Amino acid sequence: MTLTIETPKPSKPWVATPKQRLATALIYIAAAAISFVLVQVTPMKGKLAYFAIFFFASIIIDFSISYAQRGIASAKDAVARGFVSVGMTIAIFPIISILLEVLKRGVKGLSFTLFTTDMSATSVNDPLGNGGLIHAITGTFIMVFMALLVAMPIGILTAIYLTEIRGKFAAPIKFLVQAMSGVPSIVAGLFILSAYVYPITGSLSGFAGSLALMILMIPTIARTSEEVLLLIPSDLREAGVALGGTQWRTVALVVIPAAKSGLVTALILGIARVAGETAPLVLLTGGGESVNVNPFSGPMGSLPIYIWKCFGQGTEESIARAWSGILVLLVIVLALFTMARFLSERKVKK
Amino acid sequence: MTLLENQPAAIPAPREITTKPRVSDKIFRGVVTSGGLSSLVILGLILIYLAYQGYDVLSSQGLNFITGSEWNVVADEAGNIDYSQTKFGIAAMLIGTILCATIAVLIAVPISVLTALYLSFYAPTSIRKFMVALIDLMAAFPSVLFGIWGFFILMPSAEYWAKLLHKYLGFLPFFNMEVPVYTRSPFVAGVVLAIMIIPIVTSISREIFGQTPLDRIQAAYALGATRWAMIKAVVIPYGRSGVVGGAMLGLGRAMGETVAVYTVLNIVYQINWQVLLGAGGNVASMILLKFGEAGPGEIKALMASGLALFLLTLIVNSIADLIVKSSGAKGR
Amino acid sequence: MDKTATRPSSLSDVAAAKQKKTPGEGSLGVGLEARGIHAWFSGKHVLDNISLDFWSGTVTALIGPSGCGKSTFIRTLNRMHEFIPGAQMAGEVLLDGKDIYESGTDVTKIRLKVGMVFQKPNPFPSMTIAENVLSGLKLAELKVSNKDELLEDCLERAGLWSEVKDRLNAHGGSLSGGQQQRLCIARSLAVKPQVLLMDEPCSALDPGSTLRIEETIAQLSSSMTIIIVTHNMQQAARVSDYTAFFLSEGGPGSMIEVGPTSEIFSRPRDRRTENYVTGRFG
Repeated sequence: MTLTIETPKPSKPWVATPKQRLATALIYIAAAAISFVLVQVTPMKGKLAYFAIFFFASIIIDFSISYAQRGIASAKDAVARGFVSVGMTIAIFPIISILLEVLKRGVKGLSFTLFTTDMSATSVNDPLGNGGLIHAITGTFIMVFMALLVAMPIGILTAIYLTEIRGKFAAPIKFLVQAMSGVPSIVAGLFILSAYVYPITGSLSGFAGSLALMILMIPTIARTSEEVLLLIPSDLREAGVALGGTQWRTVALVVIPAAKSGLVTALILGIARVAGETAPLVLLTGGGESVNVNPFSGPMGSLPIYIWKCFGQGTEESIARAWSGILVLLVIVLALFTMARFLSERKVKK
Repeated sequence: MTLLENQPAAIPAPREITTKPRVSDKIFRGVVTSGGLSSLVILGLILIYLAYQGYDVLSSQGLNFITGSEWNVVADEAGNIDYSQTKFGIAAMLIGTILCATIAVLIAVPISVLTALYLSFYAPTSIRKFMVALIDLMAAFPSVLFGIWGFFILMPSAEYWAKLLHKYLGFLPFFNMEVPVYTRSPFVAGVVLAIMIIPIVTSISREIFGQTPLDRIQAAYALGATRWAMIKAVVIPYGRSGVVGGAMLGLGRAMGETVAVYTVLNIVYQINWQVLLGAGGNVASMILLKFGEAGPGEIKALMASGLALFLLTLIVNSIADLIVKSSGAKGR
Repeated sequence: MDKTATRPSSLSDVAAAKQKKTPGEGSLGVGLEARGIHAWFSGKHVLDNISLDFWSGTVTALIGPSGCGKSTFIRTLNRMHEFIPGAQMAGEVLLDGKDIYESGTDVTKIRLKVGMVFQKPNPFPSMTIAENVLSGLKLAELKVSNKDELLEDCLERAGLWSEVKDRLNAHGGSLSGGQQQRLCIARSLAVKPQVLLMDEPCSALDPGSTLRIEETIAQLSSSMTIIIVTHNMQQAARVSDYTAFFLSEGGPGSMIEVGPTSEIFSRPRDRRTENYVTGRFG
């Protein structure tokens, strides 16, 4: 006859008990109380005062309690924890503020006409119902797409060179890609101005804009693609070569398909990177007010230019338009970004 | 058959292994290599074209281009510049670029390092992924957004902080000012830029902290270290140079920013060290400002300015790259 | 250790050659007690009801095939188990009669009393040899009146003093593998632990270093409780006074048998223990 012993329930004795959590909460309540009192009593005022006093008070209380209970090492740890949390809070604050403000101020200008009309017939003081940004969206779309057409092969080929061929130029090329990612966007604009617009066409166009965007896109695509290709295990390549495949066949038919979703992520990130670029487009595209689907002739609008111009006009209506433009642009960029993250998460799970 | 004598066997030389590459592979290599070298071509072209365009200006102005602060165009009706009288000096703008970027880094790096430490070692697993995603999300915000948000929403607060700084720390030379104009100062621009580069520096720092060798972390804990003691003894020595590299990358990014700074910085052609005063400049926003009305001669000067900015960011980014690379190799 | 001319013919001989200790022998009583330890990783039960007493002044070896939970078990003894995400446990570990998992305990103080030496030597590369040895003091903010004395004492007890006394300011990583491991031992000793846990400390080292470390263990055992996880049965026979045999039969690991080392190797009571020590599996 066997004696069955009850297996106890798994537990985590190291996790803070409700009593300990209450004690921690009390520290913060006390600090908040102190900050209220001090703000009333001393000349320090304003939100900054509240936060600063709360922060210092909670650290001092935490330090004292830890020191009394556990000694100086624990007290220092408590101080570090306080600072680290504050750093995190300060970092998060602008993100929340930006998202909320964009939503608040941009929503006002949203309407169906926003997405169906352009600004060719609208004047600066017209109410928000008139005019829209369809020309901006099409312009951005066309320019980014054209930039992608060139940046995609160059970026991916660069990544292939770095991971598959690894020839003698690998180190300089890696350095150059890094250097290229640091090119200020306005310098890219000036370059295209001097290399393409002045000598060749003499006029501003959407194509010139896409050339500048291409320069900014290539490093992002190349770097992300390189990371993705490096993640492909080398057994895959060895299997392809062992089957008698040439290098290019192995890369084209084995490695690239395996890295497919990662490469798409790279492209999406490249698009997100340039969709919001303003400076080069100011120099190169002329910021048209009407829908123009020909990138080679005539000024072309784009979301960043739309936003920029509306902001520059300064009237209440145009500023509201600018905010709506920002809202639209932000939504697009965030959607792209989330898509890219989602794809790369899925790849990892596979 | 002769017996082999007891000689020590000679070690043969290694054989040279060769293979005749297939034509398709040769083409493949060629295509890929040229794709890879395109970045070299593009960068080289940028340098060449900007230098070429800016040559006239640079040769007539000489070193004064980067040391002088006057920008005075003297041209006739046809737009031809009288180079003997015209002055193009971007010193104020260069200093402004460096100043604003430095302020940005001074503000952003401590916050980013603390945030990265929080995300790597303090955040509860349940919210960690969400927080990381949130911070990385900010890296995707377009710069024009920062410029406009900075102008409307941040600037009033930044003015308030600037007033506080002036009140309590005004004895320090850069926080002092003769005329109390607080808006559109290098300080405000620095704050906006700081917010822009926090996600980048945080993300790089976080990656580096994540690569700290686990066995050293465990060794520290096994010796009875608190979390902070472990971080001080293991994580910081390991990640120090990588974080510096990340900070320099942030610096390079802040130097090249245009629209985020344009709205919140007043461009004045005078070197200004008083960061709270509403005057300063930044090469990129100056180019943007002048571009609208510039005649062909002035445009050349703008090209030369762009070249200067490009070289500056190139140097900063290269140093950053070197630092990050050397930290990874060392591994300590 | 008795280095006789005749080579021992079996593990039991080796174990018998070691000075036998009866329970309670060793001056300070029970060093550490584990009561009903269970461990889980994200719901998966990996350790089942381990209860063991570790006597001060003795060396206890934990043997068993890989994957049976020995390393997990010793990590519950110094509360390193909780670092693994998804880790859960049940049971008590009594140090000086007090449960180290009791709510409100300062875990860093526990780890000062229960030290650990890892499989792969891990000195801090950013510190010199001297700084490495004293790093425990710095980490725990402990004050010591005579640092040099402590430094020499710990390195001496770890069997490293004569080799490094002239280069105390050299970097921690400049030593050989065996020396690094002895440095790690010296480092653990500096905070004056009552118990020293060793997780396969010699498996990454050459036989020469292994032997030196085993000598060190023998010398240290008189003043503290040592618990050593080892894959090497000969090592267990050479070094330990007591041996516990762990086994996992597809489910969570459990302790099959514990006893004086010579008994385990010559007259194991359980058939599974016998199969393992005679090499029929594992």
